[in-house]
Amino acid sequence: MSEPTSKDPVIVVVQLSGGNDYMNTVVPHSNSLYRDYRPSVNIAESDVIELTSDIGFHPAMAPLADMYKEGNVAVIHGVGYENSPRSHFRSMDIWHTCEPETLGTEGWLGRAVKQIDPNKENVVTAVSMGPSLYRALVAPDVPVATVENLDNYGLLTDISPEQKRDRVLDRYKKMYSPMIGSGPVMEFLGQTGLDAMKGADILNVAPNMYSSTIEYSDTSIAKKLKGIAQIHLANLGTRIFYCDLGSFDTHADQLSTHNKLWSSASAAIRDFFDDLEQHGAADNVTMFLFSEFGRRVYDNGAGTDHGAGGLCLAIGKNVKGGEYGQYPSMKEGDLDQGDLVPDMDFRSVYTTLAEDWMRLDPVPIVGGNFEKPRFIGASN
Amino acid sequence: MVSTKTNTEISLMAHLMRRAGFGASRAELEDRCKKGYTQTVEELLNPSNQTPVDIYEFLRYYPMWWKPGTMGGLGQAPWVWTMINTESPLQEKLCIFYHNIFATGVAKVDHYDEIQDMIDMFREKGLGNYKDILLEVAKSPAMIYWLDNNENHADSINENWGRELLELFTMGVGNYTEEDVQECSRAFTGWTLEHKLPRFHMGRWDWEFKFVEDDHDFGEKEFLGHKGNFDGEEVIDIILSNPATANFIARHLYNFFVEDEPQVPAWSVVPPNNPDAVKFLAKELMDSDYHMETVLRKLFNSAFFKEAQFSRVKNPTEVVVSTLRLVGGSGLPAPDILDWTGQIVYMGQDLLNPPSVEGWHSGIEWINSGTLMKRTNFMSEMISDYSRPGVKSIIDQVSGVASKPKEVVAACLDIMGPLEIAEKTRTELLEHVSSQGDFDWQSSGVTRALELLQLIVATREYQFA
Repeated sequence: MSEPTSKDPVIVVVQLSGGNDYMNTVVPHSNSLYRDYRPSVNIAESDVIELTSDIGFHPAMAPLADMYKEGNVAVIHGVGYENSPRSHFRSMDIWHTCEPETLGTEGWLGRAVKQIDPNKENVVTAVSMGPSLYRALVAPDVPVATVENLDNYGLLTDISPEQKRDRVLDRYKKMYSPMIGSGPVMEFLGQTGLDAMKGADILNVAPNMYSSTIEYSDTSIAKKLKGIAQIHLANLGTRIFYCDLGSFDTHADQLSTHNKLWSSASAAIRDFFDDLEQHGAADNVTMFLFSEFGRRVYDNGAGTDHGAGGLCLAIGKNVKGGEYGQYPSMKEGDLDQGDLVPDMDFRSVYTTLAEDWMRLDPVPIVGGNFEKPRFIGASN
Repeated sequence: MVSTKTNTEISLMAHLMRRAGFGASRAELEDRCKKGYTQTVEELLNPSNQTPVDIYEFLRYYPMWWKPGTMGGLGQAPWVWTMINTESPLQEKLCIFYHNIFATGVAKVDHYDEIQDMIDMFREKGLGNYKDILLEVAKSPAMIYWLDNNENHADSINENWGRELLELFTMGVGNYTEEDVQECSRAFTGWTLEHKLPRFHMGRWDWEFKFVEDDHDFGEKEFLGHKGNFDGEEVIDIILSNPATANFIARHLYNFFVEDEPQVPAWSVVPPNNPDAVKFLAKELMDSDYHMETVLRKLFNSAFFKEAQFSRVKNPTEVVVSTLRLVGGSGLPAPDILDWTGQIVYMGQDLLNPPSVEGWHSGIEWINSGTLMKRTNFMSEMISDYSRPGVKSIIDQVSGVASKPKEVVAACLDIMGPLEIAEKTRTELLEHVSSQGDFDWQSSGVTRALELLQLIVATREYQFA
């Protein structure tokens, strides 16, 4: 059961990179077409974790099924956009920028950061866990901390011992402090260097303040979510977290790969929320999972190829659990080039997250007005 | 000092090598100074005299990098490998130059091999005539798909390629009308790519240029004041005869090789930093029929080039490649190559995947708190790795001439550039090493010097080339 929170809302985005197979994640187990299309790459009826008489989760998702039953998971069906290019790069760009027609350079969450913190008062408003800065978070003049490893985050981290590093950082700070008459470019560089240091200083306190009885497993997604929990629990004002898990590009050997990915994801997500719950910090966090596309309806014998319509999940105490949208029709004549046709625009889902959850103006963030699936609010 | 040559001469050679290449070690600079500046320019302009990088050596170690198709992250590695090991760095610099103008990316093309082919073409033809490059680009399947020219039909035009050809590849905004865009697009109808086969299980099939006569509009066109039954090549000739094109390419050359200009979209409203230099380059372009070798010779030998030291922010590729060339030890293919291409991405330049057809914004826009941290950390880690031959050589040179803190700082700045730094930065560096007195090269000297080098690569000044 959820209670309303007065704390600032926080979103944790988990990007399932590579194209997660919708049909084997949320299995339409009662639909006989499923087994016709998927003679080799299917989930056996007895293995499906039944959620309703029509759908069930992949067997590796037991922890998420529990959360579903607790009313804290929204399954959002058939999400995508028209004319899916079936390209990882292009499709991910579209999801990141909300620009399906032209090539966009600004990310939707970058625009969200601008609304949350227009004066750049907090350099850690958004934190990306991973070596790369995802385009979703990029916008001009928006600082984003890109953290690969929270235990070893910051400037000049290769310098050891600590005493030596402190000495060098101290000098760095002096070298980057304002120089009279050095010109705007040098000034900008100086400020940016100091911002980078400040961000690192702020984030570095997080692991030291953290203690928990939850033991996360040793998977990459667990490490990332643990880092996010540490930063969230340190109360640094971070409102947007981003991380990814992959690769879901299962052209071959799908059954085993997909199983591994969802096992690690489900366990890590459960641990993450338990961790927050233990610290009384779960009530203002909503997690959002998406992938750039779903996969082909027909299997290829060992895996599945790139498809179109896919699945989103929203998880947390402020999520109204249940199903949103319709599972796209699997009838032969309703498929587009062998793919499920999405009938929920991804920008609709973003609109709910931006407006109903983050309490922001969604129109400039997603680039238009979209009807919202109402998955945020008290659970029934 | 260390140098047997005057410092001005070395500085100038270092400047040339940073701009026309990826920097050079002190030993290389000394060698080049013996040959002289103009001779070095000639050498850079004649890559056929150098041994090319054997990319097959690399591919024998990493066969999966041959035609990686759609596999994320793999496409850049052979090119980055070539940049690190080439004896003809200007060729690779030109590849970056053209890749940023004819910015084509896997975000849409979804086919690394085809964009790699474009880069190979830039390497082969980059010093030739701009017209030949334009024609090759117009026929590149990657570009055709990127800008939808395969959707540009005799009975219904698609203007994407026609517009960008004028706006971004030749003339710049404001020098043509909407009618010109349409007429230009008509001339390229039927320039398409061989039917795209469905995605193969493990990759992609090669694409090919194809001219479909039935889909080409042979009718009369009126383009930039000329009338005729133009085809694509004739349209390119008309474009090149227009001085706006020479001006636009001149400004690109100035921006890339001489000094950071405002971002390209601002060029129609903001005048060049140095209008005379751009005018000079434009005239050379016109006089030489856009012969890039000829124009680059003039550029590198010009006073405005020689005076423009440290006036560009290094792009991420320059940061990574020049650092690796400086520290050495990357002669054999190692798994690190993926990390290095990754580093360039983390610093904001995903090669073969530019953010849009406008290419990357450059100059100070390379810098934000995340990318600055990545740049600093990468360079600092590399320059303090004493097992790298280039690092050991720097330390040997410094220890051979200096032991007092002031001398050591001066020697390091000299060998790492020679670098021009603000007085305040120099004072900080000096203060940093002064407290521990003279450098004892038999004990703590090396470690202390490595720490100093780390601080030097972390300076604001070191971000400039």
